[in-house]
Amino acid sequence: MSRSHADRVVEAGLGLTALLSGGTLLLIVWFLFEGAKPALDFGMLGHLFGDGKWQPGSVRDPQFGVMSMLIGSLLVTGLSILLAAPAGVLSAIFLSFYSPARLARGHRRLLELLAAVPSVVFGFWGLTVLVPAIDRLHPPGQSLLAAALVLSLMILPTIALTSVSALQAVPVAQLQAAAALGIGRPRLIWSVVLPAAWNGVGAGILLAAARAIGETMAVMMVCGNIAQIPASLFDPVRPVTATIALEMGYASAAHKSLLYAAGLLLVLVTGALICGMAFRRQTETSLPRSWS
Amino acid sequence: MTAGQLFKNHFPLRLCHSALFVLLLAGCSKEGDHTKTVTLTGSSTVAPLVADAAKRYEETHPEVRIEVQTGGSSRGIADALSGLADFGMVSRNLKPEESALQAHRIAIDGVCLIVHKDNSVPALNRQQIIDIYTGKIENWSAVGGPEAEIVVASKAEGRATLEVFLGYTRLDSADIKADVVVGENQQAIKTVAGNPQAIGYVSIGAAASEAASGTPIKLLACDGVAPTSEAVAKGLFPITRPLQLVSKGVPSPAAQAFLAFLTSSKITDLIEAHLYVPVAR
Repeated sequence: MSRSHADRVVEAGLGLTALLSGGTLLLIVWFLFEGAKPALDFGMLGHLFGDGKWQPGSVRDPQFGVMSMLIGSLLVTGLSILLAAPAGVLSAIFLSFYSPARLARGHRRLLELLAAVPSVVFGFWGLTVLVPAIDRLHPPGQSLLAAALVLSLMILPTIALTSVSALQAVPVAQLQAAAALGIGRPRLIWSVVLPAAWNGVGAGILLAAARAIGETMAVMMVCGNIAQIPASLFDPVRPVTATIALEMGYASAAHKSLLYAAGLLLVLVTGALICGMAFRRQTETSLPRSWS
Repeated sequence: MTAGQLFKNHFPLRLCHSALFVLLLAGCSKEGDHTKTVTLTGSSTVAPLVADAAKRYEETHPEVRIEVQTGGSSRGIADALSGLADFGMVSRNLKPEESALQAHRIAIDGVCLIVHKDNSVPALNRQQIIDIYTGKIENWSAVGGPEAEIVVASKAEGRATLEVFLGYTRLDSADIKADVVVGENQQAIKTVAGNPQAIGYVSIGAAASEAASGTPIKLLACDGVAPTSEAVAKGLFPITRPLQLVSKGVPSPAAQAFLAFLTSSKITDLIEAHLYVPVAR
């Protein structure tokens, strides 16, 4: 079968575009690696994981431990997912199965608007409204809790909107078959719709997690930026991204390459998480696919 | 038809390009004969001010080209010593081992402690500030304030304001026990404005203009001196740093002329716009 000339041109163009978007990531990782090389060459790896504190500017006792900041990134992200995922999925179910059409449309617009709010605005709101409120409960206000709350607001629309799409993609025939069997609405949602839509919902949560772990500006304004493993929700925390944003512009050579190394570590950890979750999804769904 | 073929067939376009190129070359060589270049490198605190002043200077002196590059005070000193730059820009006092350089002060930056407007503490001295920032004093009542826990805000590692603060308190950055670490002046001001128990330190100019525009912060007197531009200009305020240019030997005539411009009253408004304090003359 001979293909048309136009088809080949389109194929080459699309391939090139795909190569560019994939290759950019590799370039970024390579660039991070180049920047981090001095830190890795100095044999700093032991310091990165072994040191308890992060005080690169200290003359008396310089320490370069990044573990507390990696843990900070994961804690802030995990907690915000814990808050936003149930809220997002439940509101998607309400919009798809319970609310009147007009309310659903309006609510959807609101969610889209929430997704479009710049992160610095979220950060500013957090710093001027949320932080003082938390401070009254337990000082200093800038805390793991504040960061997780601001982040969960930022990722809520992603989870809710992708969940709505996933729920609406469930074949009507399945719903009709279930209804014909006389299954009630709650049972239908729980046993038919959610299992069928779970893949799309999971993808939305994964996307939201990736955004949460990479978010910098808003988090930096409300998290307190103390490099420590927080003992409670009210303790300040410092994610890797905040450290890079706070110190990169002012860092000297060795300090700078340590920041690159921290960035590289974050990319590797995030990559491992996403690959792990994607792999789990694949193995979970492989059965019905091979069957069909 | 490929792009190459398109251009091959378009002879007039190529002719145009060559003509432009020749013109450009001519322009360059002509400029090279007459333009004098003054190069300044160093502190990222001083650079924006000097760059603005350079723009203004070039408007009236088209024969001079001023190049401003950042890279930190240490680079400014190294470049001035090696002669790579006409002037190094430095945002701290010179150390004894740097006495081979001549310093020319163009402005002063003062750093003051700020608290929330509702905090009744009127002033702090150096020892109290040290005790608060090292965690020895944890309650405002110990320094004559309300019965409330102190929330200590400090600056991120490497920030110039932190270095000035460490210079004044003679602390090491590892000694500071902060509850909140902030980046820019604005973030420090917002943090203190939103928290009645907080204390922070920022550039006096930034703090004063925010307080004047209604932000609920209070600038604390330090060692008995009120944090005003006048006190900074007269050298009375304890936490200050000079913003200066350094040079080795006699600068070129063009560099000397630009230096005279920088140390004249012609850039006073620029210094104030950058929230620094002009040197008293």
